[in-house]
Amino acid sequence: MSKKTIVPIGPYHPLQEEPEFFTLTVEGERVVDIDVRIGYNHRGIEKLSESKTFDQSTFLVERICGICSTSHPFALVEAVEDISGIEIPLRAQYIRTIIAEGERIHSHLLWLGLAGHFLGYNTVYMWAWKLREEILDVMEILSGNRNNYAMFKPGGVRRDIKSEDIPVVLKKIDSIIPTLEMLKKAIADDPVLHARTKGVGILTKEEAIDYSALGPVARASGVAKDVRKNSPYAAYDKVDWQIIVTPNGDVFDKLLLRVLEAFESIKILKACLTALPQGEIDAGIKNIPSGEGIGRIEAPRGECFHYVRSDGTNRPVRHKVRAPTFMNLPTYKATVVGETISDATIILAAIDPCYCCTERLAVRDIKGKHLYNGQNLVKLSQEKTERIRKKYGQK
Amino acid sequence: MQKQEILDNLKQRFKDDIIDFFDKSPRRLYVGIKPEALVKISTYVFKDLGARFNIASGIDCRRHIEILYHFTFDDINLTVSLRVILSRDTPRIDSLAKTFEAANWIEREMHELLGIDFTGHPDLRKLLLPENWPDGSYPLRYDYKEWDKDAIRDRGV
Repeated sequence: MSKKTIVPIGPYHPLQEEPEFFTLTVEGERVVDIDVRIGYNHRGIEKLSESKTFDQSTFLVERICGICSTSHPFALVEAVEDISGIEIPLRAQYIRTIIAEGERIHSHLLWLGLAGHFLGYNTVYMWAWKLREEILDVMEILSGNRNNYAMFKPGGVRRDIKSEDIPVVLKKIDSIIPTLEMLKKAIADDPVLHARTKGVGILTKEEAIDYSALGPVARASGVAKDVRKNSPYAAYDKVDWQIIVTPNGDVFDKLLLRVLEAFESIKILKACLTALPQGEIDAGIKNIPSGEGIGRIEAPRGECFHYVRSDGTNRPVRHKVRAPTFMNLPTYKATVVGETISDATIILAAIDPCYCCTERLAVRDIKGKHLYNGQNLVKLSQEKTERIRKKYGQK
Repeated sequence: MQKQEILDNLKQRFKDDIIDFFDKSPRRLYVGIKPEALVKISTYVFKDLGARFNIASGIDCRRHIEILYHFTFDDINLTVSLRVILSRDTPRIDSLAKTFEAANWIEREMHELLGIDFTGHPDLRKLLLPENWPDGSYPLRYDYKEWDKDAIRDRGV
């Protein structure tokens, strides 16, 4: 009978870019149990937000996460607008959609690059990040910033999009489509990639529902839920696009789904830029009435949920932030158990975890998403086995 | 299933357990329920009606502690929030973590940040706070006092 071994990873591990403590219990090469300990960078943003005005809060929550920096302000302004029940101008709705979709493309490309890196496909990593650079340029033209766009405010947006910028942006977006097509083909047809990711780390539909998984993680398991479609906000009901759903729930499906979603986002982005209506960009909210509001938006990683309670002053009484990874990370338990330790990395990466969001903690390096490199983990595992072998004097 | 149907079903099945309804907007519904009925109403909403569990949010309201359990019906674009009110001295409620896995982490979070006791939770360890955080010091309570005198804080100077 093989003996169980505990492999601690973290909290401060050279292979991790964010502190997180994983305890993998392995039998030989197979993971039999996993425990996650989070909280090493807990910042208390929810408490801090109670001391900020609604206008300041958008900047505060923007700093929850460096990758999906727009999703938190977006959810917050949705929640505040839910309290006051106001309609925002059409042009502002379009601009919000443009910013959110640009962010989704860059986030999915970033993830795609990292996934390629984990699997030892550094070419994919380089290509994907090169494409992402174009999108960051687009975001810089539109908002003035490559990240933390500071575009949102309760009642509208802070900054208008200049009409002379639109052709430049459209041209830039068009220029990435052929390369993205090439990447899609490379992923869909590569036999090695299939061998590595197909049937690995399966999250069944039932588990996805039980864990209330969100976003790409749920959609890759055949759960066709997308806040943009189910509960249309901003301009998502005014343009034509599809929910992407893949049925199998394995790593390959999550990989493919994100690439296909990037295409849909490009479609939405182009449609919004072309049909951008004229008009005001700010409804000019003066006072937030007392009451409670819920803001739900589809961040790149799933539904971002903000609950705000106001007592009629200019500060929230309670501001609850629920980032998508908070619901998605526990699914790791369902997917990684039973797999080999060398696959643990890519299974975790397939969730696209964002610890910053989960703990509402400090903004990290934008690469701060993955835990450890697959090859190193394999090495770690081999050394461990060797040690155990020596310990028990086995051959 | 439409919103009205859900409303009628809830009213009919749980008429003794529901305290009040607040129909805020077509997309939002708040239902005040008795704490002891939480598990059966949530099970009905989650398993039978097929709603998705968004999250729960606990609030210290000074006189009492309130928890909102948010569920979303994605097909009809409706968020139902079940509101329970607990006493501030001994906040205690049955755990939902056994009913569905999605409630596991958030109950751990509320346990440490607000000091709510979840009866029957399989694993009430700390989630976000460090292990040496003292019992009885809950950061999201309004009367929270800083306990760690040695901690280095940025005082904004």
